[in-house]
Amino acid sequence: MRLLLIACFALFLNACAGPQLRGTGDLGLIIERASGHVTLVNTTARQPYARIGGLGDLSHASAVYSRDGRYAFIFGRDGGLTKIDLLEAKIVKRIIQSGNAIGGSISQDGRIVVAQNYKPGGIKAFDSETLELLAEVPAEFAPGQFSKVVGLADTAGNKFAYALFDGGEIRVTDFSNPRQPTTQKFPAGQQPYDGLVTPDGRYFLAGLFGEDGVAMLDLWQPEKGARKILENYGRGQEKLPVFKMPHLRGWSVAQGKAYLPAIGRHEVLVVDVATWKEVGRIPVRGQPVFVMARPDGRQIWVNFAFPDNGKVDVIDTLAGKVTHRMEPGKAILHMEFAPRGEHVWLSARDDNKVLIYNTENFAKLGEIPAESPSGIFFTSRAVRTGF
Amino acid sequence: MSTSNFIFGLFFLSTVAIAGEPDVARQKELVHLVRQDCGSCHGMTLKGGLGPALLPENLRDKPAEGLAATIYYGRPGTPMPPWKAFLSEAEAAWIVDKLMTEFPE
Ligand code: HEC
Repeated sequence: MRLLLIACFALFLNACAGPQLRGTGDLGLIIERASGHVTLVNTTARQPYARIGGLGDLSHASAVYSRDGRYAFIFGRDGGLTKIDLLEAKIVKRIIQSGNAIGGSISQDGRIVVAQNYKPGGIKAFDSETLELLAEVPAEFAPGQFSKVVGLADTAGNKFAYALFDGGEIRVTDFSNPRQPTTQKFPAGQQPYDGLVTPDGRYFLAGLFGEDGVAMLDLWQPEKGARKILENYGRGQEKLPVFKMPHLRGWSVAQGKAYLPAIGRHEVLVVDVATWKEVGRIPVRGQPVFVMARPDGRQIWVNFAFPDNGKVDVIDTLAGKVTHRMEPGKAILHMEFAPRGEHVWLSARDDNKVLIYNTENFAKLGEIPAESPSGIFFTSRAVRTGF
Repeated sequence: MSTSNFIFGLFFLSTVAIAGEPDVARQKELVHLVRQDCGSCHGMTLKGGLGPALLPENLRDKPAEGLAATIYYGRPGTPMPPWKAFLSEAEAAWIVDKLMTEFPE
């Protein structure tokens, strides 16, 4: 009996007080880039509930979720891929899959996790259950030359689209046979720096750094090849310096318009998604990094590159202009909306906290301590294509 | 040249001449800049990302002045931007010196 009690105690409340059943829809995590930790959070309570260490170099780390929202797959800069159980608040498995990684995605059916790597340049597919390596697809664009991979996005049919920074291509790799993937290649333009897939999974877009414009591939008709849109989008004649590459992932479509960071410029570009033509530019207070729509599309929140990274501008999509400007903290690196957008979480890296704001009246609702916080990822991403 | 510019110029010259390297507070700012903001392309641990690794073994065989010029003026045609709006040439040289030996945490 005594032994049983001890065993019970060791198992914590789980076994004895009856299982604490709960869903995962209101959970999430905060990357603490400097110290290799993640803080697990509850977006209903707006509180952290656990902290997990030992994840390596998490600068530029990102996360994707299993379909059930229970497991997060975290891609670290050092090539680490860590699977975390949000309910048990622990690491399930951790592998080092490459020397230098930049993110990853999860397949439509949730079975395959794909990492995109700078070094060695290419992508790798893993079984989401076991993190066993399924296939490796090097980004060789000329004999013996491998490109850094950017913009990896999941699309329909367990296909992944991505771009080659050094190779100037868009590629689509089909993992319907996970151990024997097939890859299609499309010339795209000079130095694609990031990519995105539209929420319906139809178009893959890659922003170009080496020339003006965006390369677009219609994934429903890939045989038509990639074409260039927004030829006036870019750094322009003067080749403006860019102090941080904008992130296209997590981009925004609202009311039939897409809002994109104008690379190098203090502007957000407005594009009609029916014609893919530019229909406006909205001046903002710095070089945009993330341009993110509140889930209902009424607002677009914009953060900025150094030296304007303490500012956040909010665009009202009905008014078509910035209607709220704030300086919430030092080095605002990322923003994440509650699943239906009533509040937004901002990571203030140099203040060592995450700030929570009401998106309707911009009142501050609270803050959570975190060491050099960067990305914030909620489980609501689990059900979205391209997240 | 306005008086304030002139005074600033004198001050600038004298700090560079006397100290030869940025003062402690400024060093801290520069280290933070390199780890965090250069880190977005070169990695926080400087092992590389979109930009190449900036560890001593990667830089050893390269002339320091050239590297300092890369930081100050950027490298046209690549994503490496000029940082001259945010630091002086002497500070760029100090950063290179630290990168080539051991970069502070
Ligand atoms: C927007 C991305 C970006 C940022 C931010 C950035 N760099 Fe770079 N940097 C690059 C790229 C890309 C190269 C390689 C250029 C080339 O292809 O020659 C480079 C090259 C360099 C080199 C030359 C390395 C060599 O081996 O020749 C140095 C030194 C350097 N950067 C230092 C810095 C410092 C210091 C900062 C911050 C003050 C910084 N960089 C910020 C992208 C960046």
